[in-house]
Amino acid sequence: MDNGRPAGHGVVGKAFYKSIPVMAGYIVLGIGFGILLRSAGYGVLWALAMSVFIYAGSMQYVGVGLLAGGASVITTILTTLMVNARHLFYSISMIDRYRDSGKYKPYLIFALTDETYSLLCDGKTPEGEDPNKYRFLVSAFNHSYWVAGSVAGSLLGTVLPFSAEGIEFAMTALFLASFTEQWIENKDHTPAITGVVSTLLCLLIFGAERFLIPAMLLITLVLTLLRKRTVNAA
Amino acid sequence: MKSGVLVAVMAAVTILLRFLPFWVFKGKTPAYITYLGKVLPPAIIGMLVIYCLRSTSIQAAPHGLPELIAAAVVIGLQAWKRNALASILTGTAAYMMMVQLVF
Repeated sequence: MDNGRPAGHGVVGKAFYKSIPVMAGYIVLGIGFGILLRSAGYGVLWALAMSVFIYAGSMQYVGVGLLAGGASVITTILTTLMVNARHLFYSISMIDRYRDSGKYKPYLIFALTDETYSLLCDGKTPEGEDPNKYRFLVSAFNHSYWVAGSVAGSLLGTVLPFSAEGIEFAMTALFLASFTEQWIENKDHTPAITGVVSTLLCLLIFGAERFLIPAMLLITLVLTLLRKRTVNAA
Repeated sequence: MKSGVLVAVMAAVTILLRFLPFWVFKGKTPAYITYLGKVLPPAIIGMLVIYCLRSTSIQAAPHGLPELIAAAVVIGLQAWKRNALASILTGTAAYMMMVQLVF
């Protein structure tokens, strides 16, 4: 995604540099989560446990509502499946990449959030470094920002002393930069166009609250049909 | 007690979703999945861009203008310098200035 410019020496510095774009967004969104959770009556240990073990941003925000409203186990299962179904996609597209990651594999799979995925999905790792260790460190740095933000938000329990309005755009910018970089790197732009057009279409049809799962299905369908076409043509 | 169960359920279901494809395709990866692994990343990132911008209203003022300008800054800078960190920080700073000071 970037040109691999190292911030310090060795694999830790390179992984840290790669993770910096996620830092601000995760800390601020984590603080928001901690504040929300605390206002629902759940203290710092809850924030810590949820951010360590669930580690899925939008699900944790939704989860505050489930906890506060005393949702049933069935509702919680179904909601989590709906909100987090996209993680199936991330894992499917990382199967070959993570296949031989050895002792790092369980954590790499566990920590595959939207943002970590966007940093690692192009498959590039710095030359001369263990790619699995590098991916592990990038994942762990991101995780630590999210946990730190959640705990800070829970302890502060109040908004930041300065206006951070608009900082959530950091996540949008992260995906936009990744999208642009992949657009430049890939000769075939059909997958990128498929992703954007299918999602826009589903947003218009299904509305902002429930378009994500239809969009994923449509993307898979279109890409599958495109594959059949290229296979038949060959 | 009940809240603890719900947190555990959320964690377990999320872990299940993340691990399931790895369990299903444990042996040799089918060619179809390898194909998806190649074409899905740009498509998913495109999807996430739209997902992030889903609540942006084009009808109501400021008509998505801050998002549009900031997105152009990120894309332009990234295409020019190929430095993700610089693109993201500049685009986010531009967006924050616009929503706090201009619009």
